[in-house]
This record gives sequence, structure tokens and C-alpha cells, in this order.
Amino acid sequence: MQAKAQETPTPAVEVPVAAPPDWEPLVLAMACHYCAFAAADLAGVMRLAYSPSVRIVRLPCTGRLDHYHVLRAFERGVDGVFVAG
Amino acid sequence: MNIELLTLSEVDAVSGEKGDFTVRVRRHPRYIDPSKCIACGACAEKCPKKTDDPFNLGLGKRKAAYIKYGQTVPLKYAIDPDACLYMLKGRCRACEKFCPTGAILLDDKESFTDVHVGSVILAPGFSPYDPTGVDHLGYGRWPDVVTSLQFERLLSPSGPSLGHVSRISDNRDAKKVAWLQCVGSRNINRADNAYCSSVCCMYALKQALVAAEHVGQGGEFTIFYMDMRCHGKEFDRYMDRAREAGVRLVRARPHTIDPGPNNTGVIMTYAGEDGKAVREPFDLAVLSVGMETDPASRDLAGRLGISLNAHRFAETASFSPVQSNVPGILVTGAFLSPKDIPQAVTEASAAAAEAARDLSAARGTLAREKTYPPETDVSATDPRVGVFVCSCGINIAGVVDVQDVAEFARGLPGVVYVENNLFTCSTDTQALIAEKIAELNLNRVVVAACTPRTHEAVFADTLREGALNPCLVEMANIRNQCSWVHAAEPEKATKKAKDQVGMAVAKVLGNEPLDKIRVEVVPRALVVGGGLAGMTSALALAGQDHEVILVEKADRLGGNALLLERTWKDEPVAQAVAQLVSRVESHPKITVYKNARITSVDGSVGSFISTLEAGGETREITYGAAILAVGGKESRPDEYLYGEDPRVLTHLDFDQRLKEDPASIRRAESAVFIQCVGSRTPERNYCSRVCCTHTLKSSINLKQAKPDMNVFVLYRDIRTYGLRETLYQKARSLGVMFIRYDLEDKPRVEAGADSLVVTVKDHVLGLPLELAADLLVLAAAIEPADAHDLLHLYHASANEDGFFTEAHPKLRPVDMSADGLYIAGLIHYPKPVEETVTQALAAASRAGVLLSKSELSLSAATSRHNADICMSCLACFRMCPYNSPYINEEGRVAHNELKCTGCGICAGVCPAKAFSVRNIRDDQIVSMIDALTADLCQGPGFSGSQA
Repeated sequence: MQAKAQETPTPAVEVPVAAPPDWEPLVLAMACHYCAFAAADLAGVMRLAYSPSVRIVRLPCTGRLDHYHVLRAFERGVDGVFVAG
Repeated sequence: MNIELLTLSEVDAVSGEKGDFTVRVRRHPRYIDPSKCIACGACAEKCPKKTDDPFNLGLGKRKAAYIKYGQTVPLKYAIDPDACLYMLKGRCRACEKFCPTGAILLDDKESFTDVHVGSVILAPGFSPYDPTGVDHLGYGRWPDVVTSLQFERLLSPSGPSLGHVSRISDNRDAKKVAWLQCVGSRNINRADNAYCSSVCCMYALKQALVAAEHVGQGGEFTIFYMDMRCHGKEFDRYMDRAREAGVRLVRARPHTIDPGPNNTGVIMTYAGEDGKAVREPFDLAVLSVGMETDPASRDLAGRLGISLNAHRFAETASFSPVQSNVPGILVTGAFLSPKDIPQAVTEASAAAAEAARDLSAARGTLAREKTYPPETDVSATDPRVGVFVCSCGINIAGVVDVQDVAEFARGLPGVVYVENNLFTCSTDTQALIAEKIAELNLNRVVVAACTPRTHEAVFADTLREGALNPCLVEMANIRNQCSWVHAAEPEKATKKAKDQVGMAVAKVLGNEPLDKIRVEVVPRALVVGGGLAGMTSALALAGQDHEVILVEKADRLGGNALLLERTWKDEPVAQAVAQLVSRVESHPKITVYKNARITSVDGSVGSFISTLEAGGETREITYGAAILAVGGKESRPDEYLYGEDPRVLTHLDFDQRLKEDPASIRRAESAVFIQCVGSRTPERNYCSRVCCTHTLKSSINLKQAKPDMNVFVLYRDIRTYGLRETLYQKARSLGVMFIRYDLEDKPRVEAGADSLVVTVKDHVLGLPLELAADLLVLAAAIEPADAHDLLHLYHASANEDGFFTEAHPKLRPVDMSADGLYIAGLIHYPKPVEETVTQALAAASRAGVLLSKSELSLSAATSRHNADICMSCLACFRMCPYNSPYINEEGRVAHNELKCTGCGICAGVCPAKAFSVRNIRDDQIVSMIDALTADLCQGPGFSGSQA
């Protein structure tokens, strides 16, 4: 058994690399129309600054979200998903 | 479009009579033209003059050009003439120079407008009590003494300290905060406000809880109180939560607030429960100030001839709680008595119901409706997207490179036209967009501008003007969620704006035109329950000329009201109820069924069908709306010898005995009342709201008839909220003795030979007292009616105590969560006569809004169910908050789109993907993600799957 396990080729594993100093993660915020999206609007009225690498998708309710959407975002290279509602 | 807002305006005079009033309105100058103001804030930014911000109660500054606060309606700036440099000194005009739309009107003048109306509703609100000059509190002298309203601003994330709680004196973190209750309330020595302000206990608990969450470890929060008055729905549980979160409640009244060392912090001196003096330091002292009517509202009342009572609130009767003494003028809110939000919202609806009744003959005659060109069919055409990028003056263009965004949009799939506008929302630009739609055959539109929360409806309307279905527009939020928050990083903000536009275009390509779902409204209401609430609702609806079916399970109308003698204001109940019964029974629009019940319910808002069983017969009824007013009852105590000894009575027993055999009551030498019998216990963790008042009325009655009778009230907290507090004062002045007990150490009752013996531990002496009682009256809890069958039929919900649940406890207090259903009376929560009448009127008002339409148009942005792939696993059925999925005759899941709000929880949980929400489908969400990540997913290394 041990011998056989050793014969199996090691699968390609992504090796973590240090993030460059100016790197900012691309974050996708999935925001409920009634609360988090409204809060993001209010943050604007109050001119509260936050990272410009956040993109916002408006949902009728965060219950609309499917795990598949989150996986899709990661698969396509989004670095973080913020579900806010 | 049927509400005209006159802001910065005051009522100068009212002439005429009910049905035909002329109201002279004094309009103060705004100095900014609201039709031109786009709320960009340039005037405030450039205005050089800072002044104290009244909204932040002196804790912050604002400019002379200002909006009151971020969510102001209408969101239009104004200029404060008492601060503006130009108005005070004749020079500046910076706002005029920088306003991008030319909205500044520095020569604006006061004007008068006459308004012709049939009804007038007065809702002028209250002023917080001003504790300035009350020397022992130190307000205005010691910097770290603030009012509760100031503390509210400190706690607010949009307040002067952005929600960070710090000392005023030195800006250090405030870790130890004390609230002092009843400042300017329940006080006839220093404030002349004898009444209880009714809301302060709850807001102090809320502030303490929020502060505790905010400060976290090391925070200490103390409320000094006389009685904790948590008399509303779920309020006692809220107090429990505050206690669990570490909020300390101390029954004491600090007599002096001294400043701390170097005038920072405060030191409070108070008598502890053991009677010893305690001096305790705090970082901040919060004065829980009460409510008063504003002098300006009292002047208004004087000009209009509205009667005020001794406490300077508008006076109304319990059975017509929002009608002033002047016919046609209705009064509502804190102008009537101190009250919290749910009560105020309910009362507002009640006033609307009375106005609707008064104006029913003229209903709809002034209503305006807009007309549009017929919609173009776009189903077979290829997408032709027009993108309109707004500069919003410099609001967006000052940060985001809008030309770059427009250029980017030109390269997106499906986009055939791109335009940059100075103000996309301006009336002339909207007209141009409608023209462009026709000229270029656009069939989708993206507006990159401010927020869809305020402007999507505006642009949806523009599409209709351009003969397109309103669902074919999307907005990219590049102002509130981009330029305004990323001003320091314009390049990154531009990149974000492009991404948001790219996502909006990707989404709009998938949008389908949707028609409103039209439902014919059955012009009839069902009222279940023929008590005070049900009868009041039925009459209010019938008075608006709607047909009503009233269903009562007993053989007579009246319910609990038949058992009541007098209201707390001493109005006789029996006579009023008899009048109501006869008006209901003789009203041509009301059909009454007694000994009746509802046994089946089908349909939904606007069109329900039920089976009604009455007197052995079964019939089918149809109705557009239903008011559930099935009531409650006084519980039967199982303690204190109730049911074993004839001298032990409940409130209702006592009232009946007093009516039938007054001599037996008058013979008693001593009477004891025990409060909270079955209320505020682990089994029923709520306050029954009416019992303190009932006990005080009964005890006053006994004392007045026989002054030498010994009357004791054993209580936990006396909760005579609002103006009822005067009964408490009266009872004490008549010599009623009040003895407090704890839930852990309840009174004990034994039957003696001559009298009952009640043993209670005196809270002052700390020793047991034995009271001889010839009469023992138990303030028994009020329970909701057993209405499980009705709940089940309507798929409605109740809280753990069995009271029906409202759609929103504060903002929709009489709506149930399913559309077309309303609640009133004891089934919602224990409440006295005038609150029941108010709530019943409110429910009628809400139902009347529905019934006054011949047809409902419901949003079609709902969830679509595909029965072919549905496995009937019931995931949606269990999760849907609106019960729109149901089980059909075949035992499979089906979907009622009339109940659906399009929240998409079903689509999220469905393992088979049998649900999809129109215009926010899975494929649209994926297209947005893919559009966002298009740059990241190019080139040979990418192995991600394609949608």
C-alpha cells in the first residue's frame, strides 16, 4: 500500500506567493437592496472612504444568493466575496 | 404624485368647516429652488460659514447652506438666514457661484399659499423637555451631562462622533455611562409635567444596549429609575436582554450630579436599596428627558380652537381617539399624549381612516394618474443598449473620468449608443433619453449615475415615456458607491465605475419586459371578531362605503367591552358599546353573522374566498381584505387562593361584584390588590399593560367611597404610562399604600377566620408584613384568544405568547406579513379601550386603501416556478416568508405568484433550481460576475468553465 501511494504523481498545487505591496484584493459585495445596499449609499452621503477595489451587486435579498454564485466568483478570480444583508 | 409636500411651511390660519376648509400656509423662504437642486452638496461644501447644528443638538457644526440630515425628504438643500453671511453682512454668495444648476435664490421671500381641503390632520409632534437650569442635574454647567437626545446623536453612526461614545469634556472614551430616568416627567416639583413620558424607559434600555455593544469589554452602563415601564409588545423581553448584556438597573433617584475632577466626568449621589448614600463616578450622565407639546403647536391649537388638557396635550375621547373638538380637524401622535413609534404610526393610520370616512363622497376626484405611449414589443429584437453616464455636475465627474467610462461602455457587447450628461436626471435630459430611445430603437438602457434606490423609478418612468417596458433599465451606482467614497483615488474610482457599468450592461441584456400582475379587487372586507375592535373597524369601513362581513363566534356583539365599566378617563363604556352594537347591526353595508366561524380560506390579497359556518349553515364568501380582531381574555389565576376563597377576585370579577352587589364591597375594611398575577413571569413574559391602571382606578373608587378603608397595592413596577400617571398620583394622595415585591419573593395568601392574611416582604423595612384583607383583587394577565385554527387557515404567525405578529412592529403595526390581512385589538397585544379603537381605525384605514381600488397591480418581478423539474422537497415551502409556495391537490409544490415579493430565497435554497426570480436570474448574476472578471479570465492559463 505504501509503495503504491508513493508512485502516485503529486497533484499540481498552487504555491502561495507573497502579495505584492500594492496589491489590493478584488472584493465582490453581494448586498441586500433594503439594508447593506442602502448602507453603502449612506456611506456615500457621509463621504466615508473605503477601498475602491470593492464591487457591488444589488440583490433583492441576500437569500437570493446561491453558493454557486460565490464559487463562480472565486473560480473567476475574485479574491473575496462579502455577503451583506 | 398625489402627495404635495410643503416644507419650511407653517399653518397660519384655518377657515371654513368640515369638508370645505381653506388653510392659509406661511411658506418660509428656502433660498434654494427645490426644482433645480440636485442635492450635490456643492453649496454646503463651498459655504464658508459654520454654525451650530440644531439636528446634532449643539454637538456638531453645519454650514449655513445645509440639509437637516442625510435622509431628509425631499433631499433638497436650504440656506439658514440666521447664519448666512450674505444675509447678515451683505457679501459672500459663494453658494451661488458654485451651484452647478443655478438653484440658489438669495432674494427668496416669505410667501403665503391657500390650500383647499376637506379634512385637516394635526400631527405637530413634541419637544423634548429642556433640563437647562434644573440646578441639581448640572445640565449646561457640567460638560459631561447630556440629554438622551444628544446621546442618541453620539450613538448614531451618522452623528457628530460617527457613533463613537466619548466624553464631551475631554473626548476620552466614555466607558461608564449612567442614565437618569424621568427628567421632566412624573415630576410636579421642578418640571410641572405630572405625566409619564411613556417612551424613556425603553429608549434608555436601547441606548444602554447599543452602547454596550459598541464599547464592548470594560463598559459599564447603569440606568437609575423609579419604575421600569416596559409595557409594550416584547418590551419586557428586551429588558431581559439588556440585563443579560450587563446593563445595571438601579432603583434610585440620584439627587445630585456633581462634576468629576477637573470638570471631567460626573459624580452622582444617590440612596442605595439599603438606604445608604452612595457616591459613584461616571464618564457621562444621560438625562432621559420626557416629551412636551411644543409652544408653537400650542399656539396653533389656540388659533384653530383645539382644546388642550391640563397637561397641554390635545384632548380627545376614548371612543373617538383622533377627533378633536373641532369637526373635521383630526389630531394624532405625540400631540395627544407621549407615545412611541408603533402607537404614533397606528394613530396616524387612524386619523387617515377618519379623514377617509369624512371625504368618502369625494374619493378619487382629485387623484391624478399619468398616461404613457403603448409599449414597443422588444421580444424578437437583438439587444440595442443605450448607456447614459451622468456627471452629476462635479459630483461624479470631479472624481471619476466620465469620458473614459463612456468610452469603455462603447466597447461593451450590445451597446449601440453612449452619452455623457451633466445631469441625467434633469427633466430635459429625461425627455432627450425618451427621444433617443425612439430615434435609435434602443431596447435596453443603462444609467450610470446615483443610486437606484432613489432614481430607478425615475428612469423606469423615462423608459415608459419612450414606449419601453420599465423593467428594461438598470443603474450603475457610480456616485454614492463610487465617486463619493473614493474621492482620494480617482483612477481606481474610474476603474470601479467601468466595472459597475460593465456589470449593469451584462445584467440588462438578460432583463425581460414584465407586465404588472393585475388582480381584480373584491370590494368587500371580512372582519373576524365582533368586539370593540371588530365593530370599530367594520363601521369605519362601512363609513367609507365599503361592504363588510362581520363574523362573531358568540351569540352577541361586544366581546370584552361588555365587561368593562369605565375607561381610565372615567367615560362610561356600556353606553358607548351599546351604541356601537346598534349602529353595526343597523348599518346597511354591514352583514353580521353570529355564532359563526371561518372554516376555510383560499385566494390572496384582493380576492379571498372562505367558507363561513353560521347557525348550522355553510356559505361561501368572497372578500378583498380581512381584519382579524379575535380578541383576548382575562386569564384565570391558579394561585393566591383564586377559585378557592370567595374573597379572592380578578379585576373583572371585582367590577361585576361592584355592579351587582356594591354593599358586599363597601363592607370591606381592607382591600389588597396584587399586580402581575400571571404576567411578567417565565410562563408569560409580557406586561398586560392595562392592569396597573385598572387597579388604580378600582383603588381610587374604594378610597373615595370609603376613605378609612385600608387599600394596599402589591406591585413590581407601577406602569401607569402616559397621562394615566395622574391616577397614580391621585391614589397616593388618597392614601392607597403601595408595597413593592419581587418575583423571587411573591406575596403569600392564607385564609384566616375573619379575613384573608396576605404576607409580603416590605421593601423598605426588609421585613415581612401581614396584611388583613377582606377583599383580594388579582390583576390577572390578559391572554390572546385561542386562534390557532385561524392562524393556520391564513398561514399567519403569532409570537411565543400567542399574539398575532405584525409585518413590522414599528412601521407596519397593523398589517400582517401576508398582504390583505390586518390585525386589531387584544389579539395583537393587551391594550386599553382608546388604543383598541385607534388600532381598529388604523386597520380599517389600511384595508380601505386596498378596497378603494378596483384592481391591484402587483409587481411581476416575482419568482417563476418550473413544476417539471421541481421535486417537491419543500425547501421553498419552509423558507418562504410570504407562504407563496403551497402544496396543491396532487400533493406537489405549486407557487402563488400573487403572494410572491421576488426576494428569491426560494431560488437560493431550491436544490433543483426550479425557481428563478425574474430579472435577477442565476444566469444574470453569473453574467455580472463574468463581466467583472473578464480581464482576469483571458489568456491560455485560464481553465475556468464558461457559463
